[in-house]
Amino acid sequence: MRTCRVCRGTAVIDLPRHNASFCAEHLQQLCRRQFAKAIDDFEMLAPGDRVLVAVSGGKDSLAVWDLLIDAGYEADGLYVGLGIGDYSTESGEYVRRFAAERQLVLQTIDLREEYDYDVPTAASVTGRVPCSACGLSKRHLFDRAALEGGYDAVVTGHNLDDEAAVLFGNTLRWDLDYLARQFPVLAARDGFPKKVKPLVRLTERETAAWCLVRGIDYVVEECPIAAGNRHLGYKESLNAVEAQSPGTKATFYLGFLDRIAPLLADRRLDDDVELGACTRCGSPTPNEVCAFCRQLDTVQGHDPVAVDMVLPRRRRR
Amino acid sequence: MKVVLRNPRREIEIDGPRAVNQLLDELGLNREAHLVICNGTLVPGDARLGTADVVEVRPVVSGGAA
Repeated sequence: MRTCRVCRGTAVIDLPRHNASFCAEHLQQLCRRQFAKAIDDFEMLAPGDRVLVAVSGGKDSLAVWDLLIDAGYEADGLYVGLGIGDYSTESGEYVRRFAAERQLVLQTIDLREEYDYDVPTAASVTGRVPCSACGLSKRHLFDRAALEGGYDAVVTGHNLDDEAAVLFGNTLRWDLDYLARQFPVLAARDGFPKKVKPLVRLTERETAAWCLVRGIDYVVEECPIAAGNRHLGYKESLNAVEAQSPGTKATFYLGFLDRIAPLLADRRLDDDVELGACTRCGSPTPNEVCAFCRQLDTVQGHDPVAVDMVLPRRRRR
Repeated sequence: MKVVLRNPRREIEIDGPRAVNQLLDELGLNREAHLVICNGTLVPGDARLGTADVVEVRPVVSGGAA
């Protein structure tokens, strides 16, 4: 059986993109180094920064929270209860357990309790793709909580596969404006907090393995609403290439950041757009009322819609 | 061996010992998108899985759009 490239001990994982296998201890060493390199290369955080982690109960957000604490950052979590049936109930339990076991500060916002809607209902009422309503809600609430809490940055668990898949989609469409904005750190500006993605040098197979060897329980089942979306299709395509040619995803995404992103630096969407304060909530917006508050106008007060009603057709039972 | 699959969670029985990568190939699963856990321990692609083992094939691909 394969042995660890570093210590020749029993390997727990083979990583074809590194042409090597690693034991549990040296897998952690590799993950810590890739995490630290991402932070250093893109000047994401400074030592001692106080950050707010967007946690979902999945492997990536719990892994990045764990890595931040491990590296000495002051990191609190924020979990948003999206109301996606059993999936949300279960994922919230994983987050609360993770925080309680490590005595970490966890804030929670329940959309139904605090804003009188949930993601399935929002998707049904607006006719928007559920992931769109979900993303809009989370971005607004994380931004707001970070600013109100005085955090130095919002940290998300986006990994190399996530970013490569988004890059793949943007490239297929030659969407230069979105390509220009695809960077793992967004500076604070105009009332928006700084946002960073320290896992962009780690694949999701590696972040899942980090959780396993660290004893982190996370929600394994996929969000039922996300199943079959275009983003997952891009990931499947990239993994098919990766299986034939290990390292392709990293070369694709990190090569983009190194060689193409600088060429697009002048082409940033919204940079010239003047932002004012939302007349309802005070959040930065180019309009009188921000997108989140406009969504609230439409979705608040409706009876909850069952998750099954907004599932992709092939997933309905 | 008992093989636990996810999304949705289900169990299947597979006869005979085999390597992790062989099992994934037979199930038509991409190695880049899965981890294999044998009797509670993460194992690499060339690890041998025995007839009495309990094996979890865990998908690692997740997520809505970034």
